[in-house]
This record gives sequence, C-alpha cells and structure tokens, in this order.
Amino acid sequence: MKFSEAWLREWVNPEITRDELTHQVTMAGLEVDDVDPVAGEFTKVLVGEVVECGQHPDADKLQVTKINIGEDELIDIVCGAKNCRLGLKVAVAVVGAVLPGDFEIKKAKLRGQPSFGMLCSESELGMAESAEGIIELPADAPVGTCVREYLQLDDVIIDVDLTANRADCLGIAGLAREVGVLNSIAVTEPSWENAAVTLTDEVAINLQAPSACPRYLGRVIRGINQNAVTPLWMVEKLRRCGVRSVDAVVDITQFVLLEFGHPMHAFDLDKLQGGIEVRLAEQDEKLTLLDGKEVKLNSDTLVIADQSKALAMAGIFGGQDSGVAEGTTDIFLESAFFAPLAIAGRARAYGLHTDASHRYERGVDPVLQAKAMERATQLLVDICGGSVGPITEAVSAEHLPAQATITLRRSKLDRLIGISIDSERVETILTQLGCKVSVTAEGWTAAAPTYRFDMEIEEDLIEEVARVYGYNNIPNIAPEAALTMPLHNEATLKLSKVRDVLVNREFQEAITYSFVDPDKQLKLHPEADALILPHPISKDMSAMRVSLWTGLLDSVSKNQKRQQNRVRLFETGLRFIKDENAENGINQQEMLSGVIIGSANDEHWNIETRNVDFFDLKADLEAVLDLCVDASSFEFKAEANSALHPGQSAGIYRNGKNIGYIGTVHPSLAKPFALNGTAVIFELELDQIITRKLPQAGDISKFPANHRDLAFVVDEKLNAGNVLKFIEKIGGTELVGINLFDVYQGKGVEEGKKSLAIGLILQDKTRTLEEQEIAESVNNIVEAVSMEFHASLRD
Amino acid sequence: MQHLDEIVANAQQQIENAKDGNELEQIRLHYLGKKGLMTEQMKGLGKLPPAEKPAAGQMINKAKQAIQAVLVARKQAMEAEVLNAKLASETIDVTLPGRGAKLGGVHPVTRTVDRITEFFGELGFEVKNGPEVEDGYHNFDALNIPPHHPARADHDTFYFNPELVLRTQTSGVQIRTMEKQEPPVRIISPGRVYRNDYDQTHTPMFHQVEGLMIAENVSFTQLKGILHDFLHNFFEEDLEVRFRPSYFPFTEPSAEVDVLGKNGWLEVLGCGMVHPTVLRSMGVDPDKYSGFAFGMGVERLTMLRYGVNDLRSFFENDLRFLKQFK
Repeated sequence: MKFSEAWLREWVNPEITRDELTHQVTMAGLEVDDVDPVAGEFTKVLVGEVVECGQHPDADKLQVTKINIGEDELIDIVCGAKNCRLGLKVAVAVVGAVLPGDFEIKKAKLRGQPSFGMLCSESELGMAESAEGIIELPADAPVGTCVREYLQLDDVIIDVDLTANRADCLGIAGLAREVGVLNSIAVTEPSWENAAVTLTDEVAINLQAPSACPRYLGRVIRGINQNAVTPLWMVEKLRRCGVRSVDAVVDITQFVLLEFGHPMHAFDLDKLQGGIEVRLAEQDEKLTLLDGKEVKLNSDTLVIADQSKALAMAGIFGGQDSGVAEGTTDIFLESAFFAPLAIAGRARAYGLHTDASHRYERGVDPVLQAKAMERATQLLVDICGGSVGPITEAVSAEHLPAQATITLRRSKLDRLIGISIDSERVETILTQLGCKVSVTAEGWTAAAPTYRFDMEIEEDLIEEVARVYGYNNIPNIAPEAALTMPLHNEATLKLSKVRDVLVNREFQEAITYSFVDPDKQLKLHPEADALILPHPISKDMSAMRVSLWTGLLDSVSKNQKRQQNRVRLFETGLRFIKDENAENGINQQEMLSGVIIGSANDEHWNIETRNVDFFDLKADLEAVLDLCVDASSFEFKAEANSALHPGQSAGIYRNGKNIGYIGTVHPSLAKPFALNGTAVIFELELDQIITRKLPQAGDISKFPANHRDLAFVVDEKLNAGNVLKFIEKIGGTELVGINLFDVYQGKGVEEGKKSLAIGLILQDKTRTLEEQEIAESVNNIVEAVSMEFHASLRD
Repeated sequence: MQHLDEIVANAQQQIENAKDGNELEQIRLHYLGKKGLMTEQMKGLGKLPPAEKPAAGQMINKAKQAIQAVLVARKQAMEAEVLNAKLASETIDVTLPGRGAKLGGVHPVTRTVDRITEFFGELGFEVKNGPEVEDGYHNFDALNIPPHHPARADHDTFYFNPELVLRTQTSGVQIRTMEKQEPPVRIISPGRVYRNDYDQTHTPMFHQVEGLMIAENVSFTQLKGILHDFLHNFFEEDLEVRFRPSYFPFTEPSAEVDVLGKNGWLEVLGCGMVHPTVLRSMGVDPDKYSGFAFGMGVERLTMLRYGVNDLRSFFENDLRFLKQFK
C-alpha cells in the first residue's frame, strides 16, 4: 500500500525523522519497499494569477499573458497550454527558477514576444508522468506563495509491502494506529460534522445471505452535482496514495477507502428497481461489470441485487448498469461488511483483483460501516452538494465476527520467545494495540480489537508482543540439544561420492528443468506417457521429464552452439512416471544421468585426438559402479532402447534387475536435438546403487603370480563378456586375475570370427605353483572355453 | 730413476688430461699396475741400505696414495660429467600441460546446498528429501494454508489438478518426516521448488533449503542464535543481520532475515516458530513441544556469495559458467 507521509502525520506525528519512521515501520513488520518524493526538485515556483490573457499575434497555439505574483510589476509570460485562461491561479516558474532536470528558466522571446518565466504543468514539476495542461490551483490560493509550500510537496510516497494478515493497515487510520503504538503516542482522527439528514427516502435492504453479509448500510443522497470538481487537496492525497482522480463521486469513495481502509460503493438510485437484496448469485447469472465485461456468476459469489437482477459483485466490483454515470443526480451509497470467507478467492476466480476485494478478503473492520458512511456523505455534500436521507442498516448480529477473547499464558510466552518480557510491557503493548487486557493467574486474557482479523490464538498475541518489543531486542542464543549420535550406515552410498567420481573424471554437473518439451521427449521416449502441466510457462516447458536425457541433450546442443564442442555433463534428479501404485499416481524416482560428446580429451600436445565412444562413457559409469564394491552384481547386456543406436546400447543390470541404460544416442536424433557429433549417454536409478558392500579384506599371497596369455578365436557375434564371466566361474581359486587385452579381426583370423586375447593370473595363497599345475589349470580353461563357445586357440 | 715428485707431477698432469675412462685406466696401469712405475720404485728399495728403506718406502707409499687420490677424483668427476650430460639430454619442458583427465565440477547450487547441509549437519540436522509433485495436503493444508487463504493465491503454483501441484516449498518434507518421527527432531531439506513465474529475477524452478527443529523449549532466541551463526559461517564475514517481523501461515511469530550488503539490506531467508496448527498436523502437542523452521533460496545465496548476476544462468548449463566452480 502506498501512502503519503504528510497525510499520515496529520493523524499521528511522532518526533522522528522520515528515515526513522520508515525504519521503524519496517522493523515492525510493515516492510517499506520504496520512498519516493511526491514532486521533483525545483525552486522559485510561485502561486500566480493570470490577469491578462490574449492570443499570440504570430502563433496560433500560444497565448500571451500577464501574471500577478504579488509584486509591483506583472510578469509577461507566453504560454502554450490550452487551459490557460483569465483569472486562473497558476504555478509560475519565474526567471532564475530551476525545474527538475536542472532546467533553468531564463528570459526568452517566443515568436517575438518576451516571456519572463513559465506556467508549469504537473509533469514539469515532477508530480506526474504526463499532463494535459498547466496546474490549476484553487481560486483561494494566495498569490506569491511558494508552490512547494502551498502544495506541501516536501512529502514522500511511502510504499509498504503489507503481509496478508495486516488488512488493518490498508488505510491511513490503521497505519496511524500502528505508528501510534510503536511510539506510544496518541492518534488524532480528523473530525467532521455529519451531514444533516433532510430527506426521508429509504431503500429497503434484505440480507438473504447473512453469514456472507451480516451488515449492510445504505443511504439515499439526491441532487448531487456530477460536474463538481474534486478539490486539489483530495486529488493530491489520492495521487500520493497511488490513485488517479476520476470524478468527484468515485474520488470520494476512494478517499474513504484510503482513509479508513473501508470500501464504499455508489449506485445510481434511478436504476434500482425496488429494494436491495444481498444474496448469492444464481449459477450462471449474468452481470456486466463497470469495465464493460460480462461475467457468468458462480453460485458461490455474493451479489448486490435489486428486485430484478444482480447489480454488483459484492465487495469486488460494481456493475455497469447500476453505476454512477453521466447525468446521475441521485445516488444510493453502500457501506457494508462482507465476511472474508465469502469474498476470498472469488475475485481471482473471475480474473479480478480490486482495492475492495483485496480488503474484504483480508478483513474489513465490522464496526466501521456507519463511520465510513458518514465520512463519505459529508465529503459528498461538501463537494457535490445534495440532500441526504437517513442511514438504513440491515444487520444480522449473530453472523458478525465474534470478538476473540484470547488466553495468553506467561509460561507459553516465555517458552516461545526464550526470554521473559516484563508484565507491564506486555500489558502496555497489548492495550495499545487495541486489546482489552485482564490479568489472570496464569497470565492474561485479551479481547482482540474488531479490526484485527489475525488475532485469534495465543501465538498471535505472542507474535504481537515480540514484534512491538522488537525482534532485534531479543537476544541470540545457541539452541541446546542432547548430543545423541545419529545412526550412520556405511553401506549406504552417499550421493556426494558419486558426484566426486564423475567430477574427478572431468564431468560438470548440470541442473536442467524438470519440465521439458513434450515433442522432444517423445522423440527420445515414444512410449512415454508424461505428466503434462496444464498451465506451463510455455509449451516447451510443459511435460514432466520421464528421463533426464531431454534436458541433458538440450544442454549439449546449447553448449555446442556456443562453440563448446567437447561436453561432459551429468545430472541427478527426479524423473516422473505415471504409476497407479505410487503415491498420488506418480513414481518420482531419483536418477543419475551423464552424457559425453566431442573429443575424448582436450586437444593435447602429446595425445592423439579422437572422438568419444561407448567405451569412454562405460568406463566412467564403471568407476561409479565400482563405489558399490560389488562388481559381480553388475552386468551390461546388449539391449535396445528407443533413444539409442540399436547396435550400441546396453541395459545396465544389478543382480538381474534392469537399473538403467547406456548407449550411443540414436543417429536419427542428432538433427532434432541439433547435436554435432556422436553423443554417448547413460541413465540409472540412483536408489539401485545406493547400497554397497563393505570391503572384506582377504590375505595377500606371498607367493609368485604367474601370467599366461591366451588368444581364443570365437564367433564375431559372441559377447566377450560371456567368455570372461565363464572363465571366472570355472577358473578355480588359483585364478586371481583376468584381463581382456586385445580384440582382433583381420589377417590370420577366419572371416566371421574374432580373436580375444585374454591374460590370466594364477596364484596360490599357500605355496608356489609348479609349472605343471599351471599348465593343467590353463589347459582346463582352454578346453572348457573351447567346448562352451566353439572356440579354438589362435595359432 | 726418476724423482718421486716428478713422477707424481707427471701422473697428475696425465690424469688431468685424460679424456675418458679408458685413458684413465691406461694411466692407472702405467703408474700403479703390477708392472707400473710405482711397483718399479718399490722394487728399487731393495738396493737401498736397510737404514734408508723405511723412510724411502714411506715416500713411495705417499706418492702412490697421491696418484690414487687424483685418479679417484678424476674418475668421479668423469662419471658426474657423463651423468650430467645424460640428464641434460633428458631435459623436458616442465611448463607443458600435464596429461590425463582434468577436474570437472559440481553445480554452484549443489555447492551451496552442500555447504548449508554441512553446517547444519554438524549440529545434528538430518538431511531429508521428498517428492516434487506434491498433494494439496502436504503443500498447503498441513501448513495452515486452507483453500481460500490469500497466501495460496500468492504462490504462483503449478497445478496439475486442484489436489496435485509442483511443490512451492520443501516444507512438505517436514510434514512427511514428522508423520514417521517423534520429537526431538532436527532436519534439513534441500530441493527443487517451483513457481509459475519467469523473468529476469524469477525462474519457474529454483532451490530451497528448509530446516526444522522441534523439541521441548525451542525458542525464538534459539532460532535467532542458530541463523546468526549460519549467516556468519555462510558469508564468512561479520555481517550485520536483522530480523524483521513478517507473516507466513506456517510460522508464528514469523520473521524475514536481512543482511546488510554494500547496497543496503538484502533479504536472505524467512523463518519463525512453527505454528501450532502445523505442529498438530505433524501430530505434535504444541503445549509440550515447540519448534522453529527456516527456509532460504539457494540461488539467491549463491548469487550473493559468488557474484553471480543473472539468476537464469543457473539453468542454462553453459560450460563457461559452470567451469568457474571447481
């Protein structure tokens, strides 16, 4: 809420500076976002009167004037404003004046006519972004006075960011009350004399939904002058609270809204057919709003209706047909209390948010209606004239919000805050906030003021006490707790270890959005039935990811566009798979994914440059899996995946269960993903590698190890892994190492076959193996492999 | 017969001039060999009167030793020369770059999350995670945000349907944890959160870390104490910190915490004492226990700590940006 400091100080004027004031309210929870001057910096601008005004002889759009600024001589000024006219009180920048933007006024000649100053518009004085003509000061403005003083322009607009609970501060009255409490000084309300009631006209009011509207006041005012001009002081107050002047009637209701935080509404009396009905809308009932838009109402929406139809959306927006329009002379003025729960969320449901709905859904003081009505009436009569009828009040006392009586225990207060604030201070704070406080054996009871909808429970009062006492007057104390050592499970692999492995292998961690382009995702996973966001930021951020690949490949492509050709990225995060058996129908599983593309190393003076392939990434992945100290539980099986090259893709298995995929990205995806080169990618379920084995140390043999190399010729389609696994299985305890060190096809090896060169290490823990034993073991292996795989030893 | 001094002097001269080990060996044989000059000298002793023998013998031995010493010194020098020449030929350019994988890096957001969880981990706060697609109960209702609460409208929530959202905060994790645990608890939950907002200072996804401590007699003074320590640790500076009253549906009293930066106060986190309604939805008796909770935006803290200017750069994954964080 924006407000004028000067207006606030009319109500409550603590002896503190502007900076102190803004700091004080900020530290009380009313955060000041901005402090802006109400006008620009300028000097030597005086109130003047146009005493002569004639057409410029040589310019159609200029007028030649003589201005009285209360000195012996009148000043000649040439003015281009259309509204410059004889008798007008104006703001005159005399020669030597400096206007905002360091604009100095000098003697000038305009088309041959001398001009000794300038008549100023609001924009020229930094009071508005733009202006149509020069400022029109009131007729009683004293000639010769400084305009800055006359208009109290040494004021600022203070913008406070009010939290949702502080509806009571959505008006000058509430802000003043708060400042009064913070400074322990009294608040002076403006006084006025209520307009005399001279009419007997009344409009019947029927509360059909008393829980939604327990109090409704109406009043007839006849014979108002629609053309009355809003006085400058009111226009300025509105402006300094961020409200533009519209016309006198609207301005007055806005003024009361700003002054007391109470919304008002005026109907054209002639448009009412019969009495007022405050009722819930009929489903799909139509109403044309003040802005000309027609809405179909929901049956949960409260309306103000007459005998024939809905006239306005109660507490939210007026209707066009019943509104005050040109030619309106008689009005019906509304001042009502609508229950927050009856308004909350309704405006939003129609895409609306108004000053009224903002206040009603947060809570308007339920006892303020009569005062607001009298204030608005008095201002209307003062400004627009008219005769006033009596106030008609419809009330359903039982539905008015009950004033909460809240128990505050000393023990709870001390426990929650952590220090003991003395009783006198507690009572003063609560009393000044408007509570009726009584002392009890355990502490206090406090009856909350009607305007504080956020005081209901004990903690609400504790917050108030702490807030006014000052959070920064409460000491900082380290928490105390029992030194209980939590359980640490070594067999649970920490995610940070996984990340470290990849980082040490030159990967950068990426974080990509959890929602991706559904079309791209379908290209990778045509079978995916992704969860779709109905209202995404944009279509390409609308599908919840079913793997991390869409985001990672996008990142690869973006980097390549920025000339980063060698990319190594990994990411961890959830994927979202629809699953009837999962909580809320979605299986949210944490995945680890990595991608590489470009050369295997940065170009290096001593290493040959080559592009990455499947086995580069496989090694990275194997290093991660190695953390589990359980290599034999993992297996890579050739397995197709829609996103991967059919001949270069593998399922990753642990203990026979698929936990992910690794492979070369399918060549057909290079174009849609704008990939330059061959990308290799993997993804696996993190929770499947989170359990690792603890190391079990065995004896280290003291006896020599014996190395034997064998080369088997096998069918070229045979997976080498099968051979290795087989040898491991049949090798016996003496076989302590096995290493595939060459795969060869070509000269010397029959077509359709390949040669697998395998190194074996044989060693015993208790003795040195004899040459004969070694030969026997190797022979056994050769024979078994030959049988199993139709292999032969290469010559 | 030559004079001994002369022999020694000649030997020295020849040894000095010797070009390699071979030549040196020839010289050694010439002087000290079985048929060498010094052996001859020793043989010559026999011709001397017995009284002169010991003195003359001593002289010859001395001369032998002198030659021997020069020989050894020259030999060592020669070996050193050879080694030095070999070493010199093996000189490499040590300024050339090393071979093998370089270091990658974790994402700056992860780095910050790790630091925060480490600080609180040392105080016994346990890290807890939870789902990101969250139901209305855990994201709103249990946190004292009923359907028509204005705060529910303030969140620019991504709804799948009225009862299913992308979580707007990680507080749901606290509720879920408390469904399974009894006080005392100390937990910290980092993670992704989502708001339907995208401009220079908002991304539709960002990260939060939230903390919760519930025990008997947990107080606002302690909340202030722990967050003070945290901020000083995080920024490693004796920053001025202020607690400003604020409003959150799930805490009361509530505060926002600002630190004094170069350009004025910067809001860095929100916190408060857990609202009794929230305690009850956690199955905790507010008359027996109290608790505090706090939440912070990871990106914002990371930006302040490392001078990152554009929030959006966190999710562009530009290697040139990421590689700055090792």
